[in-house]
Amino acid sequence: MMLFGFSQTRKATIIVACVAGMLFCLPNMVSKETVEKFPSWLQNTVSLGLDLRGGSHLQLEVDLKAVNAEFLSNLLTDVRGALRKEHKMYLNLRVEGRESNPKLFFDLKDLTHKDKVASIIKKIDASLLTEVSEQGQVSITVDPIASQNRSKQIIEQSIEVIRRRIDETGTKEPTILRQGTDRIIIQLPGVDDPQEVKKRLGKTAKMTFNMVDNGAQNTGLAGPDSTMMDYIRGGEEEGGQKIAVRNQVSVSGDNLVDAQATTDPQTGEIGVSLRFNNIGARKFAEISANSIGKQFAIVLDGKVLTAPVFRSAIPNGNAEISGGFRTIREANELALLLRAGSLPAPLKVVEERTVGPSLGADSIHDGRNATVIAFLMVSVFMFLGYSMFGIFANLALVFNMVLLFAGLSLLQATLTLPGIAGIAMTIGMAVDANVLIYERIKEELRSGTAALAAIEAGYERAMTTIIDSNLTTLIAAGVLYEFGSGPIRGFAVTTAIGISVSMFTALSVTKLVTAWWFKNKQVETLPI
Amino acid sequence: MAVLNLIPHNTNFDFIGKRKITFSIVILSTLIFMGSLLFKGLNYGIDFKGGVVMEVRMPTIPNISHLREQLEPLKLGEVAIQEFGSAQDLMIKFENVTGQSTIPETAVSNIKTILGDGVEYRRIETVGPKVGDEMVHSGLMAVLYALLGILIYVAFRFEWRFALCAVIALGHDCFLILGMYSLFPLEFNETAITAILITAGYSINDTIVVLDRIRENIKRCRKITLVEILNKSINETLSRTILTVVTTFLAVLALFMFGGPVIAVFVLPILISMVIGTLSSIFVASPLLLYFNVKYGKVLDEEEERIAKSLETEGRYEASVPKQFADDGVIEDEGPVRR
Repeated sequence: MMLFGFSQTRKATIIVACVAGMLFCLPNMVSKETVEKFPSWLQNTVSLGLDLRGGSHLQLEVDLKAVNAEFLSNLLTDVRGALRKEHKMYLNLRVEGRESNPKLFFDLKDLTHKDKVASIIKKIDASLLTEVSEQGQVSITVDPIASQNRSKQIIEQSIEVIRRRIDETGTKEPTILRQGTDRIIIQLPGVDDPQEVKKRLGKTAKMTFNMVDNGAQNTGLAGPDSTMMDYIRGGEEEGGQKIAVRNQVSVSGDNLVDAQATTDPQTGEIGVSLRFNNIGARKFAEISANSIGKQFAIVLDGKVLTAPVFRSAIPNGNAEISGGFRTIREANELALLLRAGSLPAPLKVVEERTVGPSLGADSIHDGRNATVIAFLMVSVFMFLGYSMFGIFANLALVFNMVLLFAGLSLLQATLTLPGIAGIAMTIGMAVDANVLIYERIKEELRSGTAALAAIEAGYERAMTTIIDSNLTTLIAAGVLYEFGSGPIRGFAVTTAIGISVSMFTALSVTKLVTAWWFKNKQVETLPI
Repeated sequence: MAVLNLIPHNTNFDFIGKRKITFSIVILSTLIFMGSLLFKGLNYGIDFKGGVVMEVRMPTIPNISHLREQLEPLKLGEVAIQEFGSAQDLMIKFENVTGQSTIPETAVSNIKTILGDGVEYRRIETVGPKVGDEMVHSGLMAVLYALLGILIYVAFRFEWRFALCAVIALGHDCFLILGMYSLFPLEFNETAITAILITAGYSINDTIVVLDRIRENIKRCRKITLVEILNKSINETLSRTILTVVTTFLAVLALFMFGGPVIAVFVLPILISMVIGTLSSIFVASPLLLYFNVKYGKVLDEEEERIAKSLETEGRYEASVPKQFADDGVIEDEGPVRR
């Protein structure tokens, strides 16, 4: 018999969904050790937000303005220098425009130099856009896309430096994320005093280029003016290899402008290109000319990143480290480390929130209690209101919770304190769908409809109401997710999943249970 | 039968007939809150202004006034110290002194020194003023986006008149919550914006249920006035409204009473807003429909007839309904519409 239009497939789908829900909910119920024995697809659990497990949350602002200002002033110098070399082709060199979108202006002495000037400027930096008016006024702007990319790169570089410095402190599972255009969020679970971390972040890393002490290197013991340093390769310590590095700094890392991974178009050899500023280029040229065939080391905070050999003199500040890279990834990592040696922009802590472990534990304890009490109160109320049908609704509520936790686990969503509030509120709102259905059934019964038809009509006619009312609530939850910060997002997520799930449990699960019950009892009057 | 027949059915309250009185109450309360917002403003929390909040557990029951004197020389502006949850737990709060771009690094460590040893720091939050500015802005935008999204959805699923009434009622709810934060100076922080959005979510849920029934009854009952349709619809959904508000209220009440002090602060406005959201569906959203020229009764009959006729002349007669209500088809004959 097909009761309430349930096909076998639909029945099976509902049952499978509920069983799967219980399965994916399971890892949250057992101890961590037991979870580790599960297959990997079943190891997802709900992760706790910092407000529940305790820890520190820092929001940092990257001072992009300062970097942009520096970039422009360097440009100005470079442009002036380049044009001066070409017999001073300009008049009235000046910067105009707002801070966010500055323009460089000058007038040409001779209009015929138009193309030459444009090519000179393109050479200085590929991201510069040159425009020449008919009167010979030249305006130079930075390509907005290039400048956006540069900002992005600065943030990424900052994140890399921050990650490395936080790793040094031994903090477990830090989360470092980009937020908006110029913010970085750091979450440090279990850290209840972020002072040490903040100190580390403020510190400027020191990168230097030093020569290798070959004599000491051969004996394996530090010489009088050299130190044995750990050799880290691709960001990881490698087998305790040490290199004897001379104490005298040949070139300071501040002079390194850029480092990029490269592949030779002909040979396909992987390398890392270095670019120095004027001072760096001069020093590097001097040293390389005197040390052909000798090994030098790039040292970051007392550790050797790489130790290549000078193959030839490097006169123009553009060096290339090649050979010894197995993958482009390795080259990329070195390039990143070189770039990341020091923070590319000043950082400022704009927000700092710390929750101690005891408050987190208390919150979990209180939240759990409140949720259980909410569940009991709502269940009792539903039973008082709808007797047998109330029990069906309560069963659906149990599955609602099960599927909610399964959903949170699968999405690896973070449960926060407001998130717990969201769960309790879901308990209250989830039964609304059943209330709507049952009230309809009652109305039908009052107007004299037979039991079976009344149930059928109740589900049928409440459907659009349930969908419309819940979808509008989901819109509000969606906006909340977009707007909210971490903990509030937890509320939006639990409410959204809870409400979506309630549409399924209230419509399908209760209907299936009611159908079974009705088939076995065949009652005349409904206990509703 | 249910153990308790909790909610009487077949009620016949005249919700709409007294609309002069209810609208006056709505307008009066709105004016009071508006006045409070204009003249008193909001009590911005540190989330918006920037500042420091510390939740500490003292080793012994502290002397708050003595502590306040001790903190005086730090010159942190007005420092609020209050009991939080238990006598041993304190909440220490001070706002960013205007004009300063950041909270001095030393402020927190100085307080720690004064509090002495054995103190457990349960929570420390430091927020810069710039972050706060952004939050006010994005918070307001969030509420507007939510209202706009709901307006579009309801206009799409119902029609624009219903959508406008729903959103006006919703805006009214949000405004009332905002006004409450001003009148009973509760701290207005990120949680408050969240409470407003939750209000929107709950209130619209309730409003849709009532409007849905009104839409259905307009289709079914052609011989009664719109006022009667509205009253009938509200009364028919009344038991559902009460049941749902009670279950949700109970759940949130459990949080308020047993969820700990942090949660309690978060859910108190939600408790109040649930009541406001429920009332506004009945006393704001529904009667507003009277002023939007909603088609009902005879007008619909005539319109149907006209459409039927025009189809007849085109030679393809079918029973048809005006587009306004043509969405879900089935028209149950309750009134004598049969022709």
